[in-house]
This record gives sequence, structure tokens and C-alpha cells, in this order.
Amino acid sequence: MSIRPIDVMAIPLKSTHFFIFLLLLSNIFTPIISFGLTIEQEREEFYEELLLRPLPDRKVLAHFHFQSTAPSSNSNGRHHHLFPKAISQLVQKFQIKEMELSFTQGRWNYELWGGFDPISSSNAKPPGVELWAVFDVPQDQVDASWKNLTHTLSGLFCASINFLESSTMYSAPQWSFRPATGNIRYGMLPREAVCTENLTPWLKLLPCRDKDGLSALMDRPSIYKSFYHSQRLHLTSNKSGPEGMNPGIILEQTLTVVLQPNSQRTSMTYSGEKNVQPSWSLSSIFGRKVSGRCVLAKSSNVYLQLERGLVAELKKNKNNGVGNIASEGFWSGTGFELSVRPDKVFEEENSSHRRGSSVLFEFSVDKYSDSQPFDLGLKWKFPVTWSSEPAPLHASRFLMGSGNERGAIAILLKSADLNDASLGTCSSSNGYKFRVDVFQVVPWYVKVYYHTLQLFVNGQPKAVGDVIEKIHVSPSKDKISPGVMEMVLQFPCDVKSAALTLEFDKGFLHIDEYPPDANQGFDIPSAAISFPNFYTSLLFPGNCSVDKSPMLSKFQEKNPVLSYTEVLLVPLTTPDFSMPYNVITITCTVFALYFGSLLNVLRRRVDEEERLLKSKAGKTAPLSGLLSKLSAKLRGRPQETPQSPSNSSSLISSKLLLKVFLVAVLAVAWQYYFG
Amino acid sequence: MVKELGASPIFHASCHGLNGFDGLERKWAQIGMTTFGHLGYPNFDLIELYCDRMNLVAEGYWLKQASMSPYAGSMYHGSPLLLSVVGPLTVKRIEGQPDHVLCRTSSLAAFGWVMATHLSLYPAILIIPVMPCFYLAVYLHIEIFAAKYAPPRKLFLLKGYCKIGDNNCGNIHCEQEEMINRSKAQIIFSRRPVVLFFFWTTLWSVYVLVLCGISVKQYSGLWEMFQRTYGFILTVEDMSPNIGVLWYFFAEVFDFFRNFFLIVFHVNILFMILPLAIRLNHRPCFLAFVYIAISSMLKSYPSVGDSALYLGLLVLFLDELADMPFSFFIFCGYVGISLLSPVMHNLWIWRGTGNANFYFATAIAYACLQIILLVESVSAMLNHDRKIRKLSVANLQDGKS
Repeated sequence: MSIRPIDVMAIPLKSTHFFIFLLLLSNIFTPIISFGLTIEQEREEFYEELLLRPLPDRKVLAHFHFQSTAPSSNSNGRHHHLFPKAISQLVQKFQIKEMELSFTQGRWNYELWGGFDPISSSNAKPPGVELWAVFDVPQDQVDASWKNLTHTLSGLFCASINFLESSTMYSAPQWSFRPATGNIRYGMLPREAVCTENLTPWLKLLPCRDKDGLSALMDRPSIYKSFYHSQRLHLTSNKSGPEGMNPGIILEQTLTVVLQPNSQRTSMTYSGEKNVQPSWSLSSIFGRKVSGRCVLAKSSNVYLQLERGLVAELKKNKNNGVGNIASEGFWSGTGFELSVRPDKVFEEENSSHRRGSSVLFEFSVDKYSDSQPFDLGLKWKFPVTWSSEPAPLHASRFLMGSGNERGAIAILLKSADLNDASLGTCSSSNGYKFRVDVFQVVPWYVKVYYHTLQLFVNGQPKAVGDVIEKIHVSPSKDKISPGVMEMVLQFPCDVKSAALTLEFDKGFLHIDEYPPDANQGFDIPSAAISFPNFYTSLLFPGNCSVDKSPMLSKFQEKNPVLSYTEVLLVPLTTPDFSMPYNVITITCTVFALYFGSLLNVLRRRVDEEERLLKSKAGKTAPLSGLLSKLSAKLRGRPQETPQSPSNSSSLISSKLLLKVFLVAVLAVAWQYYFG
Repeated sequence: MVKELGASPIFHASCHGLNGFDGLERKWAQIGMTTFGHLGYPNFDLIELYCDRMNLVAEGYWLKQASMSPYAGSMYHGSPLLLSVVGPLTVKRIEGQPDHVLCRTSSLAAFGWVMATHLSLYPAILIIPVMPCFYLAVYLHIEIFAAKYAPPRKLFLLKGYCKIGDNNCGNIHCEQEEMINRSKAQIIFSRRPVVLFFFWTTLWSVYVLVLCGISVKQYSGLWEMFQRTYGFILTVEDMSPNIGVLWYFFAEVFDFFRNFFLIVFHVNILFMILPLAIRLNHRPCFLAFVYIAISSMLKSYPSVGDSALYLGLLVLFLDELADMPFSFFIFCGYVGISLLSPVMHNLWIWRGTGNANFYFATAIAYACLQIILLVESVSAMLNHDRKIRKLSVANLQDGKS
């Protein structure tokens, strides 16, 4: 049917044939290509999700989770539909097995916002930039790959990640940071300022950017006004496929924000009380509403999570109040009111926690549109107080000592909750020991004395061997590598507090090595403290939608609880930056003084000077005196003056010739070998 | 727990500073600390040197015990042999026991360490020209005394003069003159002691090197040892303040010129070896003193102990240097610097009110004082010898005529 118009047209015969051939070809292959496309589209997927959670200190946690997956097979050549090309090129070029990059501003408050849930242990990051990557290359090429990767990422995200290239900035943790990974490199930039210029390239990796879907909520002023925000990019690639569930590349982008909603006093009766939780809605905390999903996303959901403590508190209140309602529908009861009816409600299955189980409301954004935007609101009916579940031990780190010469780093682990059941699980599961892994990187100018490691358990000093099961130290080398300390500590289960201290000397740097604001001090990156006996997992009853939601399946993974300590600020002594010239000239003057005066003393012959003076005086003196003095001198040193020239003239000339010859030979050799 | 940790910084500060003292001394030092409370932290240079170095040794020993190379961190820069001698004395501290139990052993260790630092690079270089001179002098001395019961050529002319003055006999003078000529001839031909000296030196250094090689074999060999010991001395890597001037110089100098100045400063030391050996070859002990003074002044990381060594040796030449000018000024300068330098260090490092330049100024003044002392003592010694020679010559002439 498509041939007919060509027949009609008056074009030369050869080209007509060719054209026909092309058309035929296209007719034959079109169905195949389109079939291939549909397969690819099925496999290249994008999910967007948002988790909201009220926090005990009148704040709201918003956790965006975007996931793109790309298949491993490159049937499409080097092209992708949804998956960002820059990332896939990155993975191919540097053979990345796994990588995580996070930009964080603010500090996650482990005491108030919780330390035991998946978000706090995988999304609470140390301030600044943290980057780690596992490479799939031979051992000797890992450093080169890392250096190239830092430069590429620095270009991609408009950040100074390229500072991690220097070997003083990154380290290779062996087992404490991530178990059983050989080719890992880890680097941190605690002082990197995170701003919207880092967020924009991050958003560019999303298929809808921030134009549509959930990412449209990301209003820059409200995000950067927040108490804490962490923008994270996690990359996993499985080349071979069979080992993992999903072959190909999985790109997981999360943005975790802790926001303070503007308190809208809805119920006047409780307005006088301090602990009234502020009511909020999406439009009040972000200033925007969700007008439908990103069309490219496979699923687009908003979740509202109520923590275990909050649910228990609400249940208690309800029992006191109206009476018992069926457990399934209790959320619609007394405690709070949602402006949108949730599509699904999940209650956590995990019964090991004494505190109860958390509740998850799911809202699907599919049915909303521009005319009817999605704006979830939460209105509290009466004041509720609860506390988030803390990590088994609350880790904090601080400096001791004063002055700029030496000091000590102390890591303090405090049992957060005395009546917590978690320590009970410790005793039941793993004998009587309670394991803590510590990973700490210290820059080289903080010279840690590892032999001064001291441990205090419950306030009592303990011998190092009793508590430390395993330790790996790679001490810092000046201007070459940072000091890395990895430790496995075993505490008894009834541990209330534990502290370990390390003494250090502060280094003195060259003036070029100081940053522009040298008197502000230097940052020691956060230490990572993990509790391998404790896992974070939120198990919601398995139905099909949970299985498909990548965020919830992420929550179900059994990851050890991980928390980061504070960044330490170490003030270092500064030299005077303004006077290198003075120092150079003064020092050189001192050396010249030494050299010149000593040589002068050695050279000077006082008797000769006297003789000279006398001879000068002798010119005016009478002839007889002069003669007598001369004769006396001649008798004193009779042979010295006349002998020397006659004997040595030939010798000197031959020596001189030899010397000249030697110098010439040296010069020729130099020219030949080095010129 | 928080309370205890709150108290522990003070504990740390005190035990850190007073590492090597036993109970009574510690008490006295604490009293001193409280009386010098307005100076803040007790910053006596000696104590500092003492415990800092001990910490470094302890760190090196700890690394070695943990089956790592003692040079793995940039902490320990000493000999591996020293580590196996001195290291075990620091081991109790590692176990976290209270410090005062071991003060004796650790002070012993510190003594060993301080002695060993005196045998570092420069003295090893400088000892080579000193020793032949010394050998020669001793050799001549014995030879001449044995042969003639008369003093050697220059050193003992004064004694000879006295004797001669008593006897006043022409024969002896002729003999002495003859003897002087003979000893000149002997100087030229006596190479055996020099060869012997070099033989023993090489034997000894090979022996030490083999021992070092055995003890660092399991880590990364002798090359790393050389890099971490002599390399550390030659390329002035550590820029922490000491009483010299090089630390500040290399903290401030532009990187491009760093190598140039390194060469200049090291050559500066080496350059003076030969002129001094030529000029002072008749006084080997004084030559040794001058070399020690130069090396302790210009070495990469000078310490108070270095200057203590040459100041102690200065007493040997009390008679010869009696005419030295500026001696009162130099004495006052030493006292003043030793008072001012800790104060400036404290102001800069501990209180943060001072500036690096304050401390550097005292270091410069100290260097100048040392230079004046050195130059004036050499000059005084040369003048002294010249006077003796003049006197003896005049006396000889008198005797002849």
C-alpha cells in the first residue's frame, strides 16, 4: 500500500528501487523495534514516593524516595528512556559496583528524631559531603578509578568533591564500615556547603525533574530553611545479574528534610499548652501542592507514618477516652484528623518491640490533577507527647584538653533508654556480649597516639584487651594518608555508658596548607558507629503493593543500626601568614652572620696584620730599625717565602690543567646524560 | 559518667605533662604548676622534650607490637634497635595501668632516648674529621713523650717553655727544634691511625646496619628505615616548634624554594668542617666542641639537650677562653632566652594571645647568641694559641742569642 505513491512519482529508476527497498525494510522491522521498545519500557522503571512522619519535637520529617532502574542488557545501545545517561556512563566507565553520595546540611538529632529506624540509619548522614564507592576493578586500579570518579562527580553535582582525590582525604575501610567489601574507598568533606546548586543537578537525574509529580513539592526556600536536609544518591549495579534480584543499575535518590511547620492553632482549647503538636498540611510546610503524578513514574505514592511510640500513646488515649474502636479503624478516631482519606492502612507486623507497632497510611497520587490537587493535612485534636525510638547506645564525640598543642578525642556511648527491651534482645540473642563497631578517620594533622587508647565501661577504666575484640589501625602519614581506626567493641549487656579516649598532638602545617579562614579550625570527620546485633527493619504485612514499593522494600531490609557522631572542630596553631618574606630574610641573615663571621675568624691572622702595621710604621721609621726588624723576621722564618714559587710553579700548572680537564669531562658527561 | 569525663581532661593534662616523674617529683611539679598558674600549662621545655619523645617511642613500640612497621605512622623516627631496647620500658603504659608505678622505668627510657638522639646524623658526619685529628694528636703525644720526654710541637710548648726557663740550657733548645722538625715529618707519614679509624668505623656501622636490617626485615626493610630516620632529618618535614629557626622558616618558605634552602642549610654545616679542621687541627677537643656546637645550632630539630651538651663541654676550655669578649653578655642572653622562650611559647600555643612571631623572635635571638658564643670562642682560642706561639718563639730566640 505504501508503494503506490512512489510508483506515481516521477523519479529516476535507481533511486526509486532503493527507496522501495528502504520502505520495505522499515515495514518489516517496525513491529520488531516497537516490540523491543515495549520490553525496554517495561524494564526501565521509575518510582516516586514521599514519606511524611510527625516528629516528637513538633517537626515533620519528609522523605522523598525516587528510584530508577535500568536493565543490564544494552539492547538499546547506549541510550535510555528514563534512566539518566550520565549515571549509566559513570557506572560503565569506572566499573562501580556500589556507590553512595550524600550532601547534608544540619545534624540529625538522634535523641529526638530517633536512631533505630531505617531512615535514621541509612538516611541520616554526617554534615557535608560523604562519598563511598565499591569498584569492580583490580586492586591496583581502585585508587585511579576513585580519583577519576571524584572529578566526574564534582562536575556532575557542582561540588568540590574533587578535593577527595587527594590521598590525605580518603581511606579504605576494611570491615567496619561495610562488611566484606574489598575495593571500597571512603571520603568525607565535612565543611562542604550544600546549596541549591547541588540540588538542581540532582533533580536533573529525575525524568520529570521538579516540574511534575512529587518532586514538584521541592520548594527551594522551604527545603533550605529546614533544620536538616540530606540529599543522597545511591547506586547499585549488578553486571552479572543472577546474584542479585535486579540485574542492571538501580539508582536510588532520596531527599530527607526535617521541617518546622508553621503552627496553626486550630483548637483554641489547647493553645495555652506548650506540647500541642502543630497541625500541618503539604501546602503549609512546602508551600505547594501535588498536582498529580509524574506520568513516567510507575507508581507515585505518599505515605504517612506514625511511629511506634506515637501509636502506643494514641491507643492509650483512646482507651481512656471514647472507648474501643476496632483496631483497624482506630486512626480515624480521637487523636488526629486527616484531610484526605487514605487508600490503605498498614500496621507493622513486627512484635519484638515492646512499644507496639507503627502504622502507615498510603495515599495514591494517581487520581489527583491540576484541578483537584493533593494536599494532605494532619490536624491534631489534643496534645500528644511521645518519644522516638533511640539507637541502642547514643554515641557522641567530643574533644578534651585545652591549648593548641595536644588534646584528646573521646567517644561516649550512653545507653539511651534504661527500660528498653533492646538490651534484652542482646542478652537473648548473642550470649552476654553487645557488639559495637567504630570506624573513625582522622586527618593527618591530628596525630593520634593509638597507644594511649583508654576505655571506660560504666565509669570504670578497663584494660583494652577486655573490651576490644578486634582492632585495625592504619596510622596517618604526614601529607600522604589519614589515620584510620576500625574497632569491634564487646560490651556486657548491662552497659550503661562506655567511653574511649585517644590522645593526639596537633600538627603544624605549611602556610599554604591552611584554608583561607585558618583560625576557624579544622574538621575531624564524623565517626560511624554501628551496632551489628541490631537491625532496622519495618515489616509491613506482605501484599502486592508493598512488594512493589521500593521504599517499603528498602525499609524491610535487615540493615545494622548505624549512627554518625558529631564533626569535631580542632583549632590548630597558625603561623603568621603575612610575613614569609620577613622570616626568610631574617633567617638567611642569621645564617649569613654565622657563616661570614666564623669564616672571617678562621681566615684572620693577627700576627700578619701586626706585621703589616709594623711595615707601614717602618716606612716612616729610621732605616736601621727597619733593617733590624727585617733581619729578626728573616731569622724567625727563614725559608718560607723564597722557596714556594720556584718549586711549585710547574706542579701548579699541571694540577690546574688536570682540574680544567676534569671539569670539562664532568660538564660533557652532564650534558650527555642529563642535558 | 559525664561528671567523670568532665574531670578527666585535667587528669589527662597533668599526666601527659608529668609523665616521667615519680610521686614526689610529681607533687613538686604540681606545686610548681599551681604557683606558675598564671602561666597556665606547665611548659618547661625539658619536660616537654621528655614526654613528647616518650610518647613517640611508645607509639612506635605499640605499632611494632601490633605487628606493623614502627614507621607506619609519621610518629617514630628513631632507630629500630633503640625501640627494642627502650620500647619495653614503655609497655606498661599501654596496658592502661596508672602511670606513677612505672615512672622510674620510663625516666630510664627517656634517658636512653635522649642519649640516642645525640647520636643522630650530623654528629656521625662530624665525628669523622674530629677523630683523625684526635688520633694524630694522641699518637704524636705518646710518640714524642716516649722518645724524648718532651712536649709535642704546639700544644705543649708552653710547658716546654717553663721547663726551659728553669734549665736555661742551649742544648735542649736545639733538641726541641730538631724534634719539631721530626714531628712535622711524622704528621705526613702517619696514615695508619686514620686507616685504622676508618676500618673500625665501617666495621661498627656495618654491624649496626646488619642488626637494624634484621629487626626491620619483617616490615619493609632498610630503605624505609633510612627514609624515616635520615630522610626525616634531611627533609625538614616536621614543622612543630622547637628552639631552632628552621621549623618556622620551612613553614613559611614558598614550596618552590624549599629544596634549594634545604641544600643551602645542610651544606652550610658541611662547609665548615674542613676550614675548622685545618685551623684547629692542633686542638682536637676544642674542634669537637665546635663541631657539636655547630651541629646543635644548625641541625634540623635542635633541642635543649643539644645545647646542654656543648655548654657542658665549654668548661673544658676555661683557661684558654678566659680572654673571650662578651662572655657576660652571652651569659645574660642565655638566661634571658631561657626565661622568655617558655613564656612566649605559652602565650602562643596555650593561651592563644601571642603570635608565632613572638616565639620565633626568641628563637632568632637564641641562634644569634649561639653564633656569637661560637665565633668568639674560636677567635679567643686562636688568639690564645697565637700568643703562646709568639711567646715560645721569642723565648727560643732569646735562648739562642
